[in-house]
Amino acid sequence: MKVHEYQAKEIFKEYGIPVPKGGLATTPQEARKVAEEVGGNLWVVKAQIHAGGRGKGGGVKLARSLDEVEQVASQIIGMTLVTHQTGPEGKLVKKVLVEEGLNIEKELYLGMVIDRSTECPVMMASTEGGVEIEKVAAETPEKILKAYVDPALGMLPFYARKLAFGLGLSGDLLKKGISFMTNLYKAFIEKDASLAEINPLVITKEGDIIALDAKMNFDDDALYRHPDIAAMRDLDEEDPLEVEAKKYDLNYIKLDGNIGCMVNGAGLAMATMDIIKIYGGEPANFLDVGGAASAERVENAFRILLSDPNVRAVLVNIFGGIVRCDRVASGIAQAAKNLKVEVPMVVRLEGTNRDEGMKILQESGLSFITATSMAEAAEKVVQAAGLK
Amino acid sequence: MSILVNKDSRVVVQGITGKEGTFHTQQCIEYGTNVVAGVTPGKGGTMWEGKVPVYNTVAEAVEKEGANAALIFVPPAFCADAVAEAVDAGVEVIVTITEGIPALDMMKVKRSMKGKSVRMVGPNCPGVITPEECKLGIMPGYIFKKGPVGLISRSGTLTYEAVWQCTERGIGQSTCIGIGGDPIVGSTQVDLLKLFNEDPETELVVLIGEIGGTAEEEAAEYIKEEFTKPVVAFVAGRTAPPGRRMGHAGAIIAGGKGTAAEKIAALKEAGVHVAESPAEIGATVARVLGK
Repeated sequence: MKVHEYQAKEIFKEYGIPVPKGGLATTPQEARKVAEEVGGNLWVVKAQIHAGGRGKGGGVKLARSLDEVEQVASQIIGMTLVTHQTGPEGKLVKKVLVEEGLNIEKELYLGMVIDRSTECPVMMASTEGGVEIEKVAAETPEKILKAYVDPALGMLPFYARKLAFGLGLSGDLLKKGISFMTNLYKAFIEKDASLAEINPLVITKEGDIIALDAKMNFDDDALYRHPDIAAMRDLDEEDPLEVEAKKYDLNYIKLDGNIGCMVNGAGLAMATMDIIKIYGGEPANFLDVGGAASAERVENAFRILLSDPNVRAVLVNIFGGIVRCDRVASGIAQAAKNLKVEVPMVVRLEGTNRDEGMKILQESGLSFITATSMAEAAEKVVQAAGLK
Repeated sequence: MSILVNKDSRVVVQGITGKEGTFHTQQCIEYGTNVVAGVTPGKGGTMWEGKVPVYNTVAEAVEKEGANAALIFVPPAFCADAVAEAVDAGVEVIVTITEGIPALDMMKVKRSMKGKSVRMVGPNCPGVITPEECKLGIMPGYIFKKGPVGLISRSGTLTYEAVWQCTERGIGQSTCIGIGGDPIVGSTQVDLLKLFNEDPETELVVLIGEIGGTAEEEAAEYIKEEFTKPVVAFVAGRTAPPGRRMGHAGAIIAGGKGTAAEKIAALKEAGVHVAESPAEIGATVARVLGK
């Protein structure tokens, strides 16, 4: 699960990780009030959306007076921000974070994830802060320092020292840097994060180390033990169809094509999308109906995938194991009747009770195109969608 | 021969009295699996379905019934504890079906297994099956058939698809393993390839991968260096949109790896026969085996 920058910074504060003074605003008037409380004579107004690249898209602006804070806040709130991560349709900005402007001496990078290969947490630091870190990783990987932390030991000082010395910190800054990293590790582990990223991490002219930006993602599987994090979820940031799908425990991801897919199992669902493409079509979605595909669940799955107006044909690919094909077939027949499906539908059932399932579909009186293999199903659905 | 489990495996089911545990234990026994005990803390001393003794701890199941393999259906919040208990009790093979274990829990448990001879499969997986001998999982038993093909897969239903394509052509399997879809899994592709390399019954291995992580790249490297048998692979997710699940920092670690195209290139480089379409896995196996 993703959270906003201002939410990540609230967590940082809880763990003693320095962040700029600031507050959240949903109107230009509120933004002015926050700026007044923060004080000083330079402020930053930052759009709060989940995507990165906000600055380039015009979602982060400096203001040198309270009037200017109000003015830039009115530009940002309500704008549709387009960045390389939002897609061309952009994201509507509803909230801004207003913060004190800092006297920046140097911009660094600090990040943390669980590394799949070594199966331990890794903290990464770089002197190349404030730029796209993927670019640094690709072009000058030696500039990214890594500390693989033994989870049984935790963030011992030597790990932090290794990174802090590597960043060229010394004296008071070295101590502050070590404390920053130790606290970040603690926050990450205690909150079951899957990613923490601070880009840039800044050193101010006054000699402080502050998280100018903050990004945190959390392990969905661990949210049950973090009600505070779960409460930070912002449904405005998610695709409405995906939110709807989650209600029914369906794993749905909307894509740009026009062939709707309903499959059981994530791997088979991905493979189904792949084979549609091989036959010249484009999948409209990824949809895993899961292991317990009851009639109700199948009907909800259909309703969600058909509410995408781009869908011109549907492919159902079920490999019955514990899920029996006859049950899924009843669900399909019921859904097709209740929802008045108007686009052509290709059904491929294999595995447990396949023949019974096919019989149910044939006797339902509804028109289905049937297929026996994945290849045949893909070919037929691409034809049915009128793409070939 | 086969790997991990066979007709001599003595299985303890952790979470046997739950709904999932009961249903799948029933199916495993019907397939012929030798389920010798169940564990549900607090229900020790009872008989499950009148035929399998239930114990309070895994240690008792090992001591009294000689259990040497564990099948785990414990809910995610308590699952790391269940796995650690099985490790502590000295079980040799642990198969964890449970989906949704927090990544940090799994990280700790995996760490605790280092240096021990125990082998874990999963979590979030369909399990392990040695056809016609032992089923330790939730897969439909009838699609499998004894034979020379070993299979390692990150996916459940796609495994069934691949197995079915082989079985329909009369090509059976030695052992099939669903390693699970989580970021940290008990056994990696490389761990299992090493076992298949030593198994005289296995003539060919099917590797079913998917996007994310670098496990396929690591498998490719091992295959190139040490693996002596032909490998057929399919990688799912060529059409998956980039960046939907991976954050920035993850991409840094992977050093640009993780896409289907890169995995396919690495596997081909290692001499693996890569099926371009999921519908051609069985046909590719048949061709390589000369059948």
